[in-house]
Amino acid sequence: MAKERDLNAIKAKRIDSRPFSEISDFKVLRKSKKKKRINRSLGGDIALFVLLCLAGITSILPLVLTVCNAFKPLDEIFLYPPRFFVKNPTLDNFADLVNALGSSLVPFSRYFFNTILVTILGTFGHIIIASMCAYPLAKYHVPGGKILFGMVVLSMMFPSSVTAIPHYIIFNYLGMINTQLSIILPAFTYSLGLFLMKQFMEQIPMSLIEAAKVDGAGEFRIYVTIVMPLVKPAWVTLLILLFQSLWGTSGEQYIYSEDLKMVSYALSQIATAGAARTGTLAAVSLIMILVPIVVFIISQSQVMETMASSGMK
Amino acid sequence: MADEIKNKEVVAEIEEVEEEQVDEEEVVEEQADEEQTSEVETSNEEQTSEVETSNEVPEVQVNADGSAEMAVKENWFAAKIRKFKKWKTETGIKIDHWSRKKPLRRKLYLNRTLYLMMLPYMVGFTLFTILPVLISLYLSFTSFNMLQFPKFVGFNNYLTLFLDDEIFITAIKNTLVIAVICGPFGYLLSFVFAWLINELPDKLRIIMTLVFYAPSLSGNAITVWALIFSSDIYGYANAFLIKWGFLNTPITWLTNAKYILPIVIIVQLWMSLGVNFLSLIAGLKGVDKTLYEAGAVDGIKNRWQELWFITLPSLKPQLMFSAVIQIANALGVGSITTSLCGFPSVAYAGHTIVNHLTDYGSLRYEMGYASAIATLLFLASIGLNKLIQRIIRKIGD
Repeated sequence: MAKERDLNAIKAKRIDSRPFSEISDFKVLRKSKKKKRINRSLGGDIALFVLLCLAGITSILPLVLTVCNAFKPLDEIFLYPPRFFVKNPTLDNFADLVNALGSSLVPFSRYFFNTILVTILGTFGHIIIASMCAYPLAKYHVPGGKILFGMVVLSMMFPSSVTAIPHYIIFNYLGMINTQLSIILPAFTYSLGLFLMKQFMEQIPMSLIEAAKVDGAGEFRIYVTIVMPLVKPAWVTLLILLFQSLWGTSGEQYIYSEDLKMVSYALSQIATAGAARTGTLAAVSLIMILVPIVVFIISQSQVMETMASSGMK
Repeated sequence: MADEIKNKEVVAEIEEVEEEQVDEEEVVEEQADEEQTSEVETSNEEQTSEVETSNEVPEVQVNADGSAEMAVKENWFAAKIRKFKKWKTETGIKIDHWSRKKPLRRKLYLNRTLYLMMLPYMVGFTLFTILPVLISLYLSFTSFNMLQFPKFVGFNNYLTLFLDDEIFITAIKNTLVIAVICGPFGYLLSFVFAWLINELPDKLRIIMTLVFYAPSLSGNAITVWALIFSSDIYGYANAFLIKWGFLNTPITWLTNAKYILPIVIIVQLWMSLGVNFLSLIAGLKGVDKTLYEAGAVDGIKNRWQELWFITLPSLKPQLMFSAVIQIANALGVGSITTSLCGFPSVAYAGHTIVNHLTDYGSLRYEMGYASAIATLLFLASIGLNKLIQRIIRKIGD
């Protein structure tokens, strides 16, 4: 009896485990793998792809060269004829970076610390402040909001050097010359960030916010618990944009003391030191390039999602 | 002990709830008589005072216990909190009462959270963007050296710029050459590459996006170009040209006035596929696919027609955004010249308006003169933007 029951159970299982298409009379429609592409010819596709690849290679070559140079020993950098790729990779340049610059006025790690500090503070401050401002602008009729947003868009149109001199005067007045605040504070009000954030927030359905209001949430609570999680792609994008621009700033106009200066400044100093430092220069450049690229690779899909709503009318 | 604290918390909560209730009532009866509401408020205050008196009794009892000190401390803290909450409620009511006197004030009060949320950015934006533009407009009519008070000189700065300053004319010329080549050409490049990348399968698309976007991501990589265009035979450009027999002796790329501008343009183009490029890729991805099918039915025969009749018109917003970024980039070229050719570059061959501005602003401290340059740059970029936007609006109309 027991055996029979077991057998039945197994049979039942077997029946159940059969794919649906075998049990049912209806056949499941499969999506055809080949998408029909309209208005495309194979020849054109190949030609354009080759063109794209060629352009891509020229675009990436200088960066590859930087990477190669960072690992080249000194005699390989000054080789005639110059070789593009590295033959005997060493870490000498990085060691040199630590040794040679460790004995200078300020240890090299100090520059890195400053850059990281400014980047992190500036980036997160900007994300918080810009998103807090973008929420009312995107979802409510703020009196004067259109004018403010228009000015933000206008401020995206001119190069940042227009405001360099007044910035200096303002910081001088506020007593913030020679402090890192002079780099961090303007970063808070980066206009491209507010623009992207506002455009992205407009997609949030108003009904969601109203539902939260009915449940008794205040505006700030709605912003923290509902809006912010929904606009994650946007703040990841702001993160990468701000990160990229702050990571490369040298701030030499506002900062005089050596122990507050940043890597970008150190880079320009090494560059003026001449040919002997070429390897070290490449090593620093590699580190400076690598970090934003890695951040971008991680956040790539979110950035693209935000950019889809970046359009202007 | 703990119970008491809890009690107080509960009391505080009750107070809060009452406050909220009052608030809600007030919101509902926005246009009700003032007397009525003041009655509500007074009754509320009475209630809270009653609660307080009933609460002070156990405090004394605890003091008699063995663990008196701790109790006193905690009670003191709790009392502070309660006092603060009471103060908060009272001032809240006062402000609320005050806000009712004028409708505008009332609106501000009711939306106070939103306004407070906007405040930090507004303050920062005013301080670091609006104010600087106004300051530089004002200073452009003065002579100012950071030490003495700015002296009004009328249009002198502008007159000197255009009539007496030959270097500025060179700077304008260089900037225009760079902008005219890098602006439209960079714009075209970012569009063409975005369009081609859009046809690729997903994974390849991500890789290609990175490949093109990487140069502008890594702003510090300009130093590589100094190595490529190095003036001795070890430079890559020289070695390549000599090896293939185009040259006999190496060219001093970065110190020869003939080559500086083209090199700056090449590097600028290399870096011009930035945010605008990403925006275009994302925009292309979002174009409605059914439009292409409909277009095919309507007689669109190849990808070029598709591009002109469907893709471009539906990409207009992104094109606009992209143009804004591109113009600001093209007019703001300056750091490339400085880091490649030094400052000032040989015979001012790579001298741009931005270079001229930093020269007078940060080196000579002639702030008035530099502000005049900044104002001109500002006006030029705004004017150019408006012009380009007008042109882009016409696409597909």
